[in-house]
Amino acid sequence: MRRFALIAAPYLWLLALFLVPFAIVLKISLSDYAVSIPPYTPQFDWATGIGAFLEKLDFENFIWLSEDDLYWKAYLSSLKIALISTFMTLLVGYPIAYAMARAPEEWRATLMMLVILPFWTSFLIRVYAWMGILSNEGFLNQFLLWIGVISEPLTILNTNTAVYIGIVYTYLPFMILPIYAALERLDDSLIEAAEDLGCSRLTAFWLVTIPLSKNGIIAGCFLVFIPVIGEFVIPSLLGGSDTLMIGKVLWEEFFSNRDWPVASAVAVVLLLLLIIPIVLFQRNQQKQQEADT
Amino acid sequence: MTRMSWFNTVSLTLGFAFLYVPMLILVIFSFNDGKLVTVWAGFSTKWYGELMQNEAFLNAAWVTIKVAVVSSTIATVLGTMAAYVLVRGGRFMGRTLFSGMIYAPLVMPEVITGLSLLLLFIGIGLDRGVLTIILAHTTFSMCYVSVVVSSRLMTFDRSLEEAALDLGCSAAQAFRLVTLPIIAPAVISGWLLAFTLSLDDLVIASFTSGPAATTLPIKIYSAVRLGVSPEINALSTIMIAIVTIGVITASLVNKRQLVRQQRDEQAAVRS
Amino acid sequence: MTSPVFEPWNDPEAKPLIEFQNVTKRFGSFTAIDDLTIGIYEKEFFALLGPSGCGKTTMMRMLAGFDTPTEGAIFLAGQNMAPVPPNKRATNMMFQSYALFPHLSIWDNIAFGLKREGMPKPDIEARVDEMLRLTRLEKFARRKPHQISGGQRQRVALARSLAKHPKLLLLDEPLGALDKKLRQDTQFELMDIQEKTGTTFVIVTHDQEEAMTVASRVAVMDNGKIIQVSTPDRIYENPNSVYVADFIGEVNIIDGTVTPNGPDSYSVAWKDGQPPLNVISPTVFSDGQSCHLAIRPEKVTINAEKPADVDNVVQGKILDIAYLGNISTYHVELPSGVVIKAQSANTRRISRRAFTWEDTVWLSWTATAGVLLAN
Repeated sequence: MRRFALIAAPYLWLLALFLVPFAIVLKISLSDYAVSIPPYTPQFDWATGIGAFLEKLDFENFIWLSEDDLYWKAYLSSLKIALISTFMTLLVGYPIAYAMARAPEEWRATLMMLVILPFWTSFLIRVYAWMGILSNEGFLNQFLLWIGVISEPLTILNTNTAVYIGIVYTYLPFMILPIYAALERLDDSLIEAAEDLGCSRLTAFWLVTIPLSKNGIIAGCFLVFIPVIGEFVIPSLLGGSDTLMIGKVLWEEFFSNRDWPVASAVAVVLLLLLIIPIVLFQRNQQKQQEADT
Repeated sequence: MTRMSWFNTVSLTLGFAFLYVPMLILVIFSFNDGKLVTVWAGFSTKWYGELMQNEAFLNAAWVTIKVAVVSSTIATVLGTMAAYVLVRGGRFMGRTLFSGMIYAPLVMPEVITGLSLLLLFIGIGLDRGVLTIILAHTTFSMCYVSVVVSSRLMTFDRSLEEAALDLGCSAAQAFRLVTLPIIAPAVISGWLLAFTLSLDDLVIASFTSGPAATTLPIKIYSAVRLGVSPEINALSTIMIAIVTIGVITASLVNKRQLVRQQRDEQAAVRS
Repeated sequence: MTSPVFEPWNDPEAKPLIEFQNVTKRFGSFTAIDDLTIGIYEKEFFALLGPSGCGKTTMMRMLAGFDTPTEGAIFLAGQNMAPVPPNKRATNMMFQSYALFPHLSIWDNIAFGLKREGMPKPDIEARVDEMLRLTRLEKFARRKPHQISGGQRQRVALARSLAKHPKLLLLDEPLGALDKKLRQDTQFELMDIQEKTGTTFVIVTHDQEEAMTVASRVAVMDNGKIIQVSTPDRIYENPNSVYVADFIGEVNIIDGTVTPNGPDSYSVAWKDGQPPLNVISPTVFSDGQSCHLAIRPEKVTINAEKPADVDNVVQGKILDIAYLGNISTYHVELPSGVVIKAQSANTRRISRRAFTWEDTVWLSWTATAGVLLAN
C-alpha cells in the first residue's frame, strides 16, 4: 500500500500536469480558430464521442503551416541557427575544457566552480548583459572605435550575429562540462604512448584525444542543440525583426495573434522536429553508460 | 607537476574573460551616476535606492520568492519519490511511461511546456495566478530533482539498507534513518536547483501567470525589451551577488567537510 | 668447448648503446636522479631495480624523451638525445598501464606506430601479422582492448612497442598488473622474445625476483643513485652494501668490529658473550673497523647436535618456523637476543620433520658463507 502511494503521487502529478496538457495541445492543434474565449471551437466533445470527432477531424492548421512560408522559414532558420551556434559553442568550449583538464589538479575544483557559477545566475540577466555590450553605442563598439579598428559603429544588436554570440555565451557551460568530464578521465600515458610511437603533438591530439573525447563532444552538442531549437529569450532580446526562430514565432502566434490552434500546431511540429535529436542523444548516453560499466 | 602550456593558459584566460567580463560590466555600471548605461558619469548607488522605492519590482520579487520556495519544496518531495521509484521500485505497470515523463520535460522546449499548461488551466477553468505558476514550476523542476537524486541513488550501496532491515528497521524506518541521511546532499542540491530554475524562469511563468501575479523575470523582461536601464543593472547585480555568495559558500562548506573527513581518516590510521 | 659468454661490459673494446653521462634530474627542489653515469650495451636485458621513488622511472622517461635531464647528457648510439623529441626517437616504451588505445582494435593498436612511419600498406600488414604470431594473439586481432584478458593486453602492449623495430625497448613495470603465476610464465616469454628479436631491453621493476630472473645485468637504485650494477648472481652473492644485500632476497646482518688474523681472513667481534666469527673477505678492512656481516639464510645450516670442524657455530632456540612448502625458514634466537634466520630444504615429508618450536639447535656456517661489508 505504501509502495503504491510512493509510485502514485509523482505518477499522477506528471499524468495530470504533463501528459494531459500535452494531449490538449494535440487536440487544439486539430481545432478551428474562433473569435471567442477560449479562441477555438472544440472539435472533440465527450458527449458526441469519438465518431463525431473523427468525422470532423481535419489537419487544416497543419496544412496552413505547410502553406505559409513563414513557418517553413522559421523551422529551417531555427535549425540553421542551432546548428551553427552549436558548432561555434564547440569551437569555443573545447579548448577551455581541454585546458581545464590539463590544469594542475588543485585548480580544477575552482575552475569547475567558475564554469558552473554562470549557470546558477539568471539566464535573462546573462542575455541582458550583452544588450549593453553589443548596442551601437555599446562597449564593444566603443572599444573597437577606441583601438581604431573601425571608424563607424557596427550594427550588431538585433542581428543574427548577436543571437549567435548570446547562444554561445549562455550555453557554453553545457558544452564545457561533458567534454571536460571525458578529457579528465583520459589517461596521460595514452598521449605519451602515441608520441612514443611516432606521433607529433598535433597528430596525437587528432588520433587519440579527439576520438576518446567523442562521447563528451556528442553529449555537449546535443545539450546545446536541443534547447536552442526552441529558444525564445535570446532571439527576442538580441535578435532583430528578421531573426526567425520557431520559439519566438510560437510566442507571437499565441500572445500577439492569439491564434491558439496554430500555436498548438506549431508546438506539435516543433516537438516532432526534436524527436530525432532527442532519441539520438538518449542512445549516446546509454552507450556511454554501458561503456562505463 | 603539470606545467601549463601557453595554449592552455591563453584558452583559460580568454574563456573565463568571455564568461565573466559581461557580468562584470553589468555590475560596474550599476554604480554609474548617469542615466546612460554605457557612459561612465561617476560613482553612485542611487539606482539601488530607486529600486528599493519601486513597488512593482518589490512585489514581483516577493511573488517570485514565494513561488520558488513552495514549488521547489513540493518538487523535491515528489522528485525524490520519483527517483526512489525509478531506481528501487522494481517493475510496475507503466514504468516506461513514467520514466519517459520524468526525462521528457528536461528536453521539452519551454514554450511548449508553458503553452500546454496554460491550455490545461484554461480547460479546467483554473484562474491564472500564483497557484498556477507553482503548479507549472513544480512539474518541470521535479524532473530535475529526480535526475539529481537518482544519480546519487544509483551509486548508493544497497547493502546499507539491507543491513538496516536486518537490524530490525521497517522499510520506512530504513529509508528515514539510513537512506535519507546519506542521499541528503543530493536532495539538497536538487532543492537548490529547483529553486534556481523557478527564480530564473521567464517563459513558463509568462504563459501561466495572470494579471494578478507577475514574477520578477516577467517584470525584468518587459523592462529590458525597451532597452538597457541602470535600475535593471542594479537588480542584476543584487541577484548575481546572491548567487555568487551562495555558490562560494556551498563549495567552501563542501571543501571543509572533505578536509575534515580526510583529517579524521588520517587520524584513524595513525592511532 | 665453451660457448661465448655475453659480457660486453667486461670488454674494453665494446661501445655502450646507451650512455648516461653525469645526468642529474631535478623536479623543483627534489632531486630524482643524482649525477648518474652508466653504460648499457646492445642486446642487453638491463633491469633498473629499486623501491618506488628511487628514480628508476625518471631514468626510463628520460630515455623515452618525456623528461629531459637538468644536467648532463644521454647518448643513444653515440648521438646526444637531448634535442630529439619522443616521436623521433628509435626507442619505444611499454607503459605500466599498457596505454592501449581503447578506441582501436588490437590490430590497429599494433599498426599504430607503423602507420606513423608511412610504411606501405602490405608491409604494415605483414609486420602486424608477424607481431601477432610472436605474441600468440592472432585470434584477437579484431577485438578491442577491453575485450581481452590482462595477460593478453600485456602481450598487445609488447607487440605494439616492438613493431617498429626499436633499437631500445623500455618496459615500465611490465608485469606489475599480472597475478603471480602468470607473471612467472610471462617472464620467460619476455626473455624468449628478447632473445629472438635481439632488441636491447631496459626494464624498470620493484620486484627483485623479476629483475633477477630476466635481466643480464641489474642496477640497484636508491635515492636517485645507482648503488650497484652487476649480473644477478653477483648482486646476490657479492652485494656491495647492506642496502643491496637487504633489498635482494633475505639476509641476516650481524654488526661487529673486525680484527685481521691472516691474509684475507678476519675475526669479527659482535655481541658480548658470543665467540668471534671467522670470515674470509677479499675486501681489505683495518683493525678495529666496524663492519656488517651479511649471511643468506640458506647458507646457515641447522643441526640438533653441535657440528664438529666448522668455522662458525652458535647455539639458540627456535622461535618461529615459516613453512613455505619447498623450504622452511627457522627463526632462531641466540642467548644474546639476536635472531638469525636459517633455511633448509624440506626434502622429507612434514611428519618426519626434525625440529619444532622451542627446540635448542646449533647454527653453523663457513668462513666464506658471509660477505663482510663496510656500510
